[in-house]
Amino acid sequence: MPPAEAPTTEGAVLTVSDVAVRFGGVAALSDVSLSVRPGTVTGLIGPNGAGKTTLFNVISGLQSPDRGTVHLFETDVTSLKPHRRARIGLARTFQRLELFGTLSASENVQVGLESGRKFSDVPRLRRLVSRRKRGSEATGEGAAGGHSACDRLLAGVGLEGFGGQQSSAMPTGMARMVELARALAIGPKLLLLDEPGSGLDEAESKALGDLLSSLAAEGMAVLLVEHDMELVMRICDHIYVLDFGDIIASGTPDQIRSDPMVQAAYLGEASSPPAAGADATTGGTGAAGATEGGGRP
Amino acid sequence: MSNFLQYTIFGVMLGAGYAIAATGLVVTYTTSGVFNFAQGAVGMVAAFCYWELVAAHNVPVLLALVIILVVGASIAGALVERVLMRRLHGASAERPVMVTLGLLVILTGVATLVWSPTTERQVNNMVAGQFRLAGINIQYQEVLIIGVALAVAIALRALFYSTRTGYALRAVVDDPELLSMSGASPNRMSQYGWVLGFMMAALAGVLLAPTQTTGISIESFTLLVVNGYAAAIVGRLKNIPVTFAAAIAIGLAENYVVNYILPHLAQNLQPDITYALPMVFLFVALVTLPSVRLRAVGRLTTVRTPRVAGGYESLVAGAVFLVLVVVAAVVFNGTVVQGTTLLDLGGLVMTLGIVGLSLVLVTGYSGQVSLCQFSFMGIGAFVMGKVSGGGSVLGLILATAICAAIGALIALPTVRLRDLYLALATFAFADAVAQGFFNDGRIYGTGGVTIGRIVVPGLSFGGDRAEFILVSVFFLLSALLVLAIRRSLFGRRLVALNDSPAAYATVGLNIGVTKVTVFAIAAAMAGLAGALYGTVQGVVGTTDFDIFPGIIFVLFVTIWSIRTVSGAFLAAVTYVVLNQAYPNGIGLFAGAGIILIGRAAGGILGIEALQFPLPWVKRSRTTTDGASESSLGAAAAMGGGTRAAS
Repeated sequence: MPPAEAPTTEGAVLTVSDVAVRFGGVAALSDVSLSVRPGTVTGLIGPNGAGKTTLFNVISGLQSPDRGTVHLFETDVTSLKPHRRARIGLARTFQRLELFGTLSASENVQVGLESGRKFSDVPRLRRLVSRRKRGSEATGEGAAGGHSACDRLLAGVGLEGFGGQQSSAMPTGMARMVELARALAIGPKLLLLDEPGSGLDEAESKALGDLLSSLAAEGMAVLLVEHDMELVMRICDHIYVLDFGDIIASGTPDQIRSDPMVQAAYLGEASSPPAAGADATTGGTGAAGATEGGGRP
Repeated sequence: MSNFLQYTIFGVMLGAGYAIAATGLVVTYTTSGVFNFAQGAVGMVAAFCYWELVAAHNVPVLLALVIILVVGASIAGALVERVLMRRLHGASAERPVMVTLGLLVILTGVATLVWSPTTERQVNNMVAGQFRLAGINIQYQEVLIIGVALAVAIALRALFYSTRTGYALRAVVDDPELLSMSGASPNRMSQYGWVLGFMMAALAGVLLAPTQTTGISIESFTLLVVNGYAAAIVGRLKNIPVTFAAAIAIGLAENYVVNYILPHLAQNLQPDITYALPMVFLFVALVTLPSVRLRAVGRLTTVRTPRVAGGYESLVAGAVFLVLVVVAAVVFNGTVVQGTTLLDLGGLVMTLGIVGLSLVLVTGYSGQVSLCQFSFMGIGAFVMGKVSGGGSVLGLILATAICAAIGALIALPTVRLRDLYLALATFAFADAVAQGFFNDGRIYGTGGVTIGRIVVPGLSFGGDRAEFILVSVFFLLSALLVLAIRRSLFGRRLVALNDSPAAYATVGLNIGVTKVTVFAIAAAMAGLAGALYGTVQGVVGTTDFDIFPGIIFVLFVTIWSIRTVSGAFLAAVTYVVLNQAYPNGIGLFAGAGIILIGRAAGGILGIEALQFPLPWVKRSRTTTDGASESSLGAAAAMGGGTRAAS
């Protein structure tokens, strides 16, 4: 089934064309195409096992597709290694947390901030040396540059003052935010978020939605995998629905909400559309949660 | 032509023996996720038990086989899984490697105590006699080995692909949680895997024992199985038919090289090529393997990380250390213990301490297991001895640089692969270098290489005191370097890479470059340590840099704490003291120690009860308690209460 209405690929940050992945005899993705435009939040929804995380792995380079191409801006990145894609401007988070667990929250962000640096960064060494010469007055802005950027990022995800904590000792919700801050630290133009809302409570997930909207307003492209339908419907500009490795629908939140195919595939026998309207805020999440096997513990 | 046939039959037979051992490795690995470095030692013990029963006590062959294979190996395998391995679930990735290495040194240590290495032990063929076919003599023993190997392969294939247990066995590594939901117990499957692995190691051992024409020896028989490693790697540690075919190919190649190529080479190159063969096979296998896919595994470190000393703090501690060194140099000058001056022993502690620091860097911080740091020491000492008559500063520099280069070369083919493969490559390298280089009088010099004390114009390090202080200063500088690296951008990256390779790559960092760099730095440090070790010892060579001392030392560092400078130092002290007091039993201490430490990530120094507050350290580092307390605050920051997940 072709997508109902595919956005144009011109000017897109990310263009996925006819990507197929098979695991043994099982088709995880079959001819998936989508594109993400700058300054928008694009949703990617679908039942568990639909292939959402596999698609994220293909886009970020952790899984090579059997067929199809991935473009970041105009560059064909299909055969590039993950770190090369990150340097073009791609950042992601993981459904199952991938933190640098022995490092503190701020060190996690620090690694992201410093990812562009080389060990033999001569201009930086020179700056360090000259700073030493200028003495202690310079430590405010320049020397703490890395740190203040780190603090700003942590504050941005609501973790002000928790930078010193070992990240593996943090509860899931906070740990997800550390991952998000680390992803933002590399200054991405495209951000892939794999279920950032799971493990967050209502207020936290609202704050997350506001944050993502504001990132998009600044020009960043966000591709969001999320089971919290209320969040997806609220902040996404465009939504793709993936089912059994196929894009079965795409469109604005309103179009998706009223698409009968989506209702059938996504909600199974349930008759109510996902999070239709304000009265279904909790019902929507609940229904999604129920069909998805309860989401995260 | 008849020669060719003869060599082919013998090669296939050798390969069949390797194949049994290698498929055993694969079975254990696929069912438990653990590569059993003790596989060769199990085969060795089985061969010695067989000799003991049949040759020394005249037990009938069949009864001996039942006792060893059916009773002994299966009970031992089940016990090892239950007592040693099952406790390691959730331990850091390098720990199972360490525990199987511990088992390796225990088995060889016990064997040395029970079967004195000076006695020659010849094992007779199980079935005597031979027959003629196509003009060549074929021994029944050869037919037996090939037949048994084929039977094992067919039986395993049937077990894995035609029985319910087989499906469960194959599923257990992919997804233990899913398997347990299906009603099968991952622990049970893992236990089957260990039992099968042990039985096949023992089978390979008793079958190959008669082929050792000069009698079975503990060390060489244990290491015979390195050929099996290469075969298992060609089979990517999961494919039994490919593993089997590769083992046969290796057996054939080995026998052809020995019979066709060696006779045409200069006399003094012959033994070295034989020793290097397993290494060559393993490297070819490693280079030709397809790269492994980076997987997001969702593994989360939950260990408390040791505090890293700050710059000022480590300088103060360094100054105190230096004062203690000078005091010791004055007080103990001239004291002799068991024929060695105490200051020389102290010098050995310092040089081994530098090797320990290199392990902190490469294994402790970045999580890659290196089993060949002693080999770099030996190469460093060799370079030191050969440059301007030994004892020159240029020698020190060259020793460091050459080891860095060799280190990079070893790490290079393995960076695309899982970390286990680096451990295997370093194991093979250590084995090849020890047997073909250090032990060989023609290259390393009869009786070893002579190295003088360091000479710097205007300074003399000829005396014991000056020498001790010099190597102590080198240790101190290395320790400060390692701590500085840990605090630096590069150090953060090392730890990050260890914690999550997938996340490391997706923030834009190059895994390969980082791995090769850290391995080269560690190799350089070990090379420097070797050069200094040479200046302390005077003469080095032969057994100083064997594979077993190297493994034992790695175990001691892990036992104390492979993530801290003090762990490296205490390991060096332990090694030097035990090696002086119980040179034959040191492996037993190391093996028992690693088994007792089990999964405790921080080693002895990480044990909670041993932590004491340092007055100058603010208790700001996190603990789990602190985190749960503060999650409320975080939630508040995001505008509400929290539903503390996880």
